[in-house]
Parts: sequence; C-alpha cells; structure tokens
Amino acid sequence: MSEMKTAAYICSGCELGDKLDVAQLSKIAQKEGKMALVREHEFLCSEAAVQIIRDDIANEAVTHICIAACSRRAKTEAFHFPEVAMSRANLREGVIWIVAEGSEHDEVRQDMADDYVRMACAELKKMKLPQGNPNHAGNKRILVVGGGMSGLTAALEAAEAGYEVVLIEKENQLGGWASKLWKRVPFKQPYAEPQDTGAAALAAKVTAHPRITVHLNSTLAETSGAPGRFGVQIAQESGASVTEEVGAIVQATGFSAYDLNKLPELGGGKPNVTDQAGLEALARAANGATIKRADGKEISSVVFIQCAGQRDDSGTHLPYCSGHCCATSVKQAMYFKDANPDVDTVVMYTDLRMPGMGEDFYRSAQDKGVIFTKGKAAAVETSGDGCTVKFRDLILDEDTAVNADLVVLATGQVPNAGVDLEAWNPIVTAAEGGSEEAKVQRVELHKTSVLKLNYRQGPDMPQLKQGFSDSHFICFPYETRRTGIYAAGPVRRPMDMLQATEDATGAALKAIQAVENASLGRAAHPRSGDLSFPSARLEGCTQCKRCTVECPFGAIDEDEKRYPVFNESRCRRCGTCMGACPVRVISFENYSVDTVGMQIKAVDMPDEFSEKPRILLLACENDAYPALDMAGLQHHVYSAFVRAIPVRCLGSVNTIWITDALNSGYDGVMLMGCKHGDNYQCHFVKGSELANYRMSKIDDTFKQLGLEPERVITHEVAITDHARVAQLINDYAAKINEIGMSPMKAFA
Amino acid sequence: MSKRQYAFYPGCSSQKGASASNFVTSIQMMCEKLGVQLNEIPDWNCCGASIGYGEGGELPRLVLNARNLALAEQHLPGQDMVSGCPACWLSTRETAERLNKFDDLMAEANEALKEAGLNLKGSVKARHIVEVLIEDVGFAEMRQAVVKPLQDLKIAGYVGCQTNRPFGITGESFENPLYLDKMIETVGAEAVSSYDQKVTCCGGALAFSEPDKSQKQIRDIVESAYDHGAEMIVTPCQLCQANVEVYQSEINKKQGTQFNMPVVYYSQLMTVAYGGGVKQAGLDGHIIQPKKLQDIAGK
Amino acid sequence: MNDLNRQAIANYKNDFLREVEERVEDGDWVRMCMQCGVCAGSCPLGNAWEHTPQKLFMMIRAGKREEVLSSDSMWMCTSCYNCIVRCPRKLPITHIMHGLAHYAHKLNMAPKGQPTRDIAKLFWDNLVKTGRVNELKFSLAMYFKDGFMQGIRNALAMQAVGMGLVKAKRLNPMEILGGHKCKDQGGIHRMIAKARAIEAHKKG
Repeated sequence: MSEMKTAAYICSGCELGDKLDVAQLSKIAQKEGKMALVREHEFLCSEAAVQIIRDDIANEAVTHICIAACSRRAKTEAFHFPEVAMSRANLREGVIWIVAEGSEHDEVRQDMADDYVRMACAELKKMKLPQGNPNHAGNKRILVVGGGMSGLTAALEAAEAGYEVVLIEKENQLGGWASKLWKRVPFKQPYAEPQDTGAAALAAKVTAHPRITVHLNSTLAETSGAPGRFGVQIAQESGASVTEEVGAIVQATGFSAYDLNKLPELGGGKPNVTDQAGLEALARAANGATIKRADGKEISSVVFIQCAGQRDDSGTHLPYCSGHCCATSVKQAMYFKDANPDVDTVVMYTDLRMPGMGEDFYRSAQDKGVIFTKGKAAAVETSGDGCTVKFRDLILDEDTAVNADLVVLATGQVPNAGVDLEAWNPIVTAAEGGSEEAKVQRVELHKTSVLKLNYRQGPDMPQLKQGFSDSHFICFPYETRRTGIYAAGPVRRPMDMLQATEDATGAALKAIQAVENASLGRAAHPRSGDLSFPSARLEGCTQCKRCTVECPFGAIDEDEKRYPVFNESRCRRCGTCMGACPVRVISFENYSVDTVGMQIKAVDMPDEFSEKPRILLLACENDAYPALDMAGLQHHVYSAFVRAIPVRCLGSVNTIWITDALNSGYDGVMLMGCKHGDNYQCHFVKGSELANYRMSKIDDTFKQLGLEPERVITHEVAITDHARVAQLINDYAAKINEIGMSPMKAFA
Repeated sequence: MSKRQYAFYPGCSSQKGASASNFVTSIQMMCEKLGVQLNEIPDWNCCGASIGYGEGGELPRLVLNARNLALAEQHLPGQDMVSGCPACWLSTRETAERLNKFDDLMAEANEALKEAGLNLKGSVKARHIVEVLIEDVGFAEMRQAVVKPLQDLKIAGYVGCQTNRPFGITGESFENPLYLDKMIETVGAEAVSSYDQKVTCCGGALAFSEPDKSQKQIRDIVESAYDHGAEMIVTPCQLCQANVEVYQSEINKKQGTQFNMPVVYYSQLMTVAYGGGVKQAGLDGHIIQPKKLQDIAGK
Repeated sequence: MNDLNRQAIANYKNDFLREVEERVEDGDWVRMCMQCGVCAGSCPLGNAWEHTPQKLFMMIRAGKREEVLSSDSMWMCTSCYNCIVRCPRKLPITHIMHGLAHYAHKLNMAPKGQPTRDIAKLFWDNLVKTGRVNELKFSLAMYFKDGFMQGIRNALAMQAVGMGLVKAKRLNPMEILGGHKCKDQGGIHRMIAKARAIEAHKKG
C-alpha cells in the first residue's frame, strides 16, 4: 500500500455551521490532527461535495479520510469510499442535537465538537484499509444434512437459486417424518381438512434436480474447514466413504419423538396406547377406511392426551411445548370422524394451542363433532379390551374417567442436535488430563455427533436451550454459533411442518449469503460484508488460550504449541478475542487497541479545577450507539462532558482502555452493551456477558489506584432505549459531580 | 318539507297508562320537529319481550314478531319498521334476520301466520328510533332544531343492554358506545365522559323475579352517576328507565342509601330543548322528579 | 317425569350433546365452545350462576343431562347479550341459555318454583291472552303466584312503587277491567297454536 495521506472534511450543513465554530474545527484537524488536507463544505453529503472527496482520492492520492459531519450510521451511501480508510466525527447526532440550546452552552458544545474531531483524526491515523480475509475460499456448494421436509425444502430452494447442493440422509429414502404421515395439517385455504403431505412429490423433485446430489443411507464422518471451504467425509452404510467440499451447511436433522416408555403412568408401552407416530401408521394402514387397532379391532372411541410428557414442570419430562401436537391431534381426530362420524373422539387438553390458521382447523374439528375436554390426564389404565383414562376435568373441577378403545399420547419433539457441548467439554478436559474413563466416554459421545466437526470447541453446534441448536430464537433465527452452519426445522426449535419449510427457506438463504460473503473474504452476520479480519502478533502471545476459549463462534483453534490459529472465515469480527487478550496482540486493520486507545488519549483533558469532568462512553455499535443517535434525533439533552466511542461489541473492550482512560484523567467510564444472560440480546452471543465479567474483575485495579468503584459503570441498553440512554448519562454525570473530579487528573 | 315515513311499533309498555307511556308522549314533538312521521302499525301485538322464551319457545316467539312484520309489510308498504323499545326492536330484528336467513323457518312462520290470515315476504327492515335519528336525521339536524339549549346540566348517558347489544348502533362499540353522549351534547347539556356503568345491565325482567340481584345492578348504575357528578341519568330504554327510577326507593329502604336520581329518556331532553313544555316532554310521568329539566321546560 | 322427557331419554340414550343439538334452540352451537370463559366473566349475574354458560357447555358435552336441565343457572339470564357480543367464537350464548331454559321447562325438569320460570310463564300467558301485555294483571299475577297471603304481603311491600307509578299515570288501575288488547285475538291464538304444533312436531 502506498504512503498514508490524510484528509479531513468538515461539514457545516444541518446547522453545524450555526452552532459550531467550523473554522476552529478545521484548525484543530490541521494543527492537532495533523491532517494533510482539510476542507470545509456547507453540504458535505451533496453530490458536488462527494465528488470533491473522490477527486482528492484520485488526484491527491488521499488514502485516509476523516468525515466530520453526522453519525457514522447516517449518509452511509454518500460517504461510501471503499478504497480508503475512513473515520467519522459525529458532530450532529453526537453534539449539536444533544447539547442544550442556548449560548450559555456554546463553550461546552464547541469543546465536545473539538474533541470529536481530535478523536476521529487520532483514530484515522491508526487505521488501515481492510484487505479482506486472505484465507478465503470460494466453494459455493451447500451441504444439507437431513432429507425430511426441512432438508428437502432447503435443498430445493438453494438449488433453484442456482447453487449446487449435496444432501445427505441417514435413511434409505427421502421424506423424513412427513413420509410416515397419512395426511398433514392443512397449510392452504380453507384450513378445514387434513391435506396430502406432498413429501413424495418434493422428494421426487429433489432427486431429479440437476444441481442436487443425494446421498442416502449416509452420515457425516468428519467435517472440517470453514465457510467457503468445508471438507466433509460422508460415511455410507455400505462402509464406503465419500469426500465432498462445500461452502456452507444447513443442518436439518429434525427431531425424534419423546420415548413413550418414559410415560408408564399414561399407559406408555402398554397395548392400545400409542403416540401420534403410531396413530399415523394405523391411519396409513386403514387407507381412509375405519381405523383399526394393532389387534385388528375397529376403533369406536379414541382419546388423545395432549402434552403427554411435555410442558412438565416436575423436571421428569420435557419442560417445553412442541407446538405442533395440538394441531396434529386435531388432524388425527378428523381421520376418525371423516371415516366414520359415529366414532367418539375426545381431545383432552389443558391449553389448546393452534397457531397460525389453526383456529379455523380447530373450528372445523368441532364442527365435525370432535369433543374437546379441558382436562388433565392422571392415569391411563389398560384392561382387557380397552383403556380407561382417569382425568381431572378442569372446567367442572372433578375427577372423572372416560373409556376408549385406543389412547393416543401427544408426546413432544426431541431435537436431533448431536452432542451437547456442555457435557462434552468437561469430558474432553478429563480425557486430556489422562482419565481413561473419560476417554471411553469421549469416544461414545462422539458417536452420537451429527456434524462431527473437528473444531477444538466440540463436534456439534452449541445448544441454546433444551438441546435445540440455535443462537437466538427471536433476533437471529437460523444463525447458530458456528459460522456458515445454519440450523433449520425442529432441530432449531420445536415446530410444525409449515414452520419447518419456512425455516428451511430462511436457512437456505443464510447459507447462500454465507458462501457469497466467504468467497469475497467478508464477514457473515451480523457484520455481513465486513472485510476486516483479526490478526495476531504471535511473537508477543503468551499462549494463555483466552481468545480460543472466549471466542463465541469457535473460530480460533490452537496449533500444537497452543498458539491461536484463526479461521477467519468462521470469524464474525466482534473483537471478543481482542478484548480478551491480556497482552494486546490481536487487532483488526480498522479496529484495534490503538484505534480506540488513541481516541481516548486524543481528548483534551481539562484540569481538575475546570469544573469540566470528562466521561468516556464505550457504546456497542449494535444497540447502544444507535440508541444514542436516536436520542440525538429526538433531541434528548445529555451531558456535554461525555465522549462516546462506538465499539463492535462490549466483548471487544480491552481493559487497557479503561485503565488508560482513568490514568489520563477521565472522571468516569460508562459501558453500554446489549442485554446478557439467559435472555441475551448480544449480537455476538457472549460478548456483553464477557465484558460484564471482565469489568467485575477490574475492582482490584481500582483499589490499587485508590479510585472509587463508581468510576466505571456498565449498563444494558436496548436499541429502543433512546430516552433512557440520555437519562443514564445525565444521572452518571450527576454522580460524578457528587463524587468529585478524578484524583488522577493531577498525574495525567 | 315532506316527512320521513316509518311504520311505528310502539310496544306494550308505551300504551296509554303503561309504564313507558310518557316516552311515547315525549317523542311526538321530537319527531314533529325533525320531520319524522310515525304511522302506527294496525293491531300490532306483543313481541314476547326478553322473557317470553321460558314458556313460548322458539317458533311461537318468532311468529309473534312475524305477525307485526307482516302487518307492516301489508299496511305500510315500503316503510321501515321502527320501534322505540329496545326489546321490541331486538325481537323484531332478530326475527326478521332469522326468517330471512333460514328458508325453512320462514316457511314454518308463514304456515302459522296463515292462521291469522297473514303472509310475510320478509321485505321489512326493523329499526330503532335512535337509528332513525342518527342515520336518517343526523346530528346536524338534531342540533339545528334546538331552541333552548340545556345548559349547565350534567347527565350520565346510560345506554344499557338491548339498544347496544347484540345489534347496537352501526359504528359504535359494544363496550363504550358514544352516540348517547353525543345526543346529550347535541342538545347543549354536558355528558359525563367516564360513566363506567354506561352499558351495565339493570337486571331487566329479573327485577321482578330476582329483586335483590337486580337491585345490586341498579345501585351500581345510580351510584356511579352520583360519583361522576351527574344530575340525572338519561337512557334510550323503557325497562332501564323504569327499573332504575322505580327501585331507588326500595334500595334506599333496604340499604339506607339516599338515592333520588332522576332518570329520563333522551327524547324528553330533545323535546325540552326543542321548546316543549313539561307535559309535551312527558316530564309529569316521573316518580323521581327531574326538577331541573322540568324547570327548564317550564320557562 | 313427563312423557316428553321419557321419550327424549329413550331417543337419545346417553348422547345428551346430540339431544341438545337437535332439540334446543341454537343447541348445535354448543360443540363450538372453546372454553375460554369470557361468557362467565361477562355475565352481570355471573356470581348467581351455579354453572356458568362455559360450564354448562362442558357439562352437556360430558353428558350431565339431569344436572344441566334441573339447574336454575340459565334462569339467571337477564338477556343483556353481553356474552353474545363478547364470545370470540360467536356462539349465540344468550339464545342457547334461553333455549335450555325453555327445554328444561318443557320437560318439566326446571326447578319448581324458580321465580323467573314462574314469571316467564305468567308473562307469556298474559300476552297471549289478548295479544298485548297487561302490566297491571301481570303485576298482580306475579305477586299472587305464591298464594294469596304471600301475594298480599308482596303487594304491600311494593305498594309505594305501585302507587308511584299510578300517580305518574304509568300504571293504570282500570286495566283490571280489560285494558289494551289486539283486535284479532282469535287469529293470534290460532297462529300461536299452529306454531306450537309445528315446533312440537319438529323437536319432539
């Protein structure tokens, strides 16, 4: 890369010129910021002004530009100069919109703007233009694991979008659960009758598709690599092994039915008591005629018990609702009514959950004469020719019983997610520590793995809750914590067939996005398109393993000397490794300990008698920084003593920034990140949690420095908290005022 | 101006000397001023009211109403059938809708009607007078006719049940209908804006059979009017008017309250606002005297 | 047990739901209840119902014939129609309650002496007689329905109310001599008799 040439562009539009001394800003950029070129413009995002910048890049060999105007989140299309490094000084949302009106505030407003220009110049000089991941690979094939409705849909959607697909299925035919059903819950108008599953037609389409290769009777033996270059070994039942290279993976391995034998109190395992899968088999055998039991008797009465072994709060069975079973029982009750309206069908439920258009389907079943009883089944007794269901009628509030030829238990979905890493990791640690027992356990557990990833973090994806492979049910569906691998269907969360097919379409699109980004050396969600990647000065590394352990995405392996090995393609660019590194050897080209550290140091620090405290605010760019921008947009006034720096994730905050700030005389440091814990909203899953943990360890440092612990505070902030962020800042400013200026100022 | 013509179904309680006779008195001047002409249906009969079901059952009840519809259809062709009593309106409209919807019911009803020498085609629309006022006359015309605005009068608009449910006035919510408040304001009075018993049931016909239970309802209705500073209650319903007015003395006797809240019809307000006197507005027909309204009417 | 009841039991055996569907006004809606309980919470006399509409529907499905038809619950209906407009399933609940009450009355299973039941009968008889309700005769019949002495007590207890209405010209003592009536009373009587006959033929 050629010599660095810097330029600063200072905008006076949007009332910036009225509220600020722009000439002074230019002088600061020139004298203190040492910008080689400084230009002012009254409308910097206009076509004319942007052309001036372009011309400077072309004719003046400018390589680094500082835009002092609005927030980095505004006017991104106008200020799009991918060929140069760029920093933004946020003078509009960050200064003139949030500092109180009136000339009495002119001084602090100008101070603030001056500092943001200083900071942007300081940052810029430490930035490099991201070059993209050098280790990228361009394989765009997509592997789909599982040939049920989800997998077939994902395969077909990806193939129809023009991508090659490899589909593996462990059984000898495609279709999964759907191929074992007599009919499916309706997914088309008028939502009144069970409909054909369509599984056979879908399987035929997939089999015949020129861009799809299907491997039946096959499982994964090993998966290695990263997005754009996954190597997979496929083990076939015959013992043969096939190797394929793919760019992304969709895991659509579905669910298993909860084991009926775990429900002896409801007759599980006894004759004339079956589960929904068992009933489907009977219905298929009947082929539209009156359904018969296994012993050949025509069924004249049937009871469906909902939530069998589900929504259990005793800790014995599944604690969750599987979502599809109410509609499935309604459908199965219709099998009976449609063949013979005189069959007594009772659906026994505590809460009937019929999502989507299910309410119409429910009504249709009522219309057909299916009886719905709100009751909790206590026991199923099988005697002679049938069953007696003893239950508590929850409306009539009495214990009663009903007889039936057959009882169907609506059991739940258990995800086929492979190895639970929470169980895996301690076994690996024990095995590595020499435990023979653990070594055996490790081998046995590994056999149950689906993906057989050779990652140091374990062979399958981390599970979010109850064994489901997901990273966030609401905010980031399909995203997992293994880059380039996407979960779809009931392995991700409990769901019905319609939801699974929609899910599969989403996951296919995610996989396509992943291979496209990977082929260009760019990051995947949530910094999709980011060209920066982490690099480490290994000569300074102490092999502490914090980065490899703390990476939420398993992107960092270790070599035999226990140095970190970055798999850039798996990396999400959150910087959690950078925040973790005690010796600060990890950095990104445009985001490093220095780019932030220099901004912290660039602030002009008033002395202890000035009555102008300085508060450093490190704000997560995903939620907190947008919330600050919105606070500006809404003109919520907050303290002009704050200096805000966006960070990629609180997980990237290296504690050196905190100690540097306090050492250089800041009176307080605020950290704003996403919600962490069980219902986390962190875009990088673990970042804000790690930051919180690290900050809790900083107390000792404070004691050494003789500082009050209140000098650093951490807040969870959501993107909607625009009024709250202003309030938090003002409260903290008041707090700093209360505890007084930092005693460190004298040493700064 | 040619008058709007309607087939009028007064109902039993509106007959001379009956419990809502003053209602009928009060609508005469109101209709006059608003260009509404009510033509009484000849030889109309009782609708069965809300309690007729017990002994009457389904078809006999429907047939009673079908007779009135058939009479209107025959004698006053082309006119909408209008009633001032919610129970009459409800029964008639329900009958008209059910018979028009189910051909077998219509056939059965006509089989019975034949015994009375009648036949129903099903062309008559059953409406409430309030619908005529709001939809045909409109608030603007209702306001125009005011000559004596009812200033400084704070009124709780008590809609009750059957004017409001199950049919109600088109465009109004069942939980908080606003038309009665608007009518109160149209004549220059102030409507209590947060009258929380607006659509509470007064007990209806159960005022007779379950007096304690319905008097509890009535107590809530009156108490809330007091709590909101109302000087009187206004209602579109005959049974509501009677129950809420008549039983206040009973409640006072049994529960030691000192209720003395006048309960009048919207039509009485309008008649007074249109310049009518005490008699014209039927204000001489009250057990609890609406003094303030009587004073205005007397001026 | 009256004949109608005996015949219904023989006809429907244990299938009370079907009996209700076929014989009770709007009874075919009962199966459509989704047991949300909004009706129970919306009834002004809700606390007075031993079994709320929601519960009655469940009892019908559970075949509790005797308990349902002998209950005085549905006689608590004030016909306020709150349940109808609030029912998310659009069940005509008020009508079903009326229908159940009527059916129980017809089978003579409704509670004896249930005041609303008695008044409903008095009211109907009163109106059918002349085609219009005679409020005075209705009131007197009401007071005397439990016998002469109780009638005097009832009438005395309500004397103030009655006299108030008389003074306000809203209760006419002269109605006792005849009062309002329809002209074609014969036609009305024949018409009602025919309707009853059709209904009896249809619904047993």
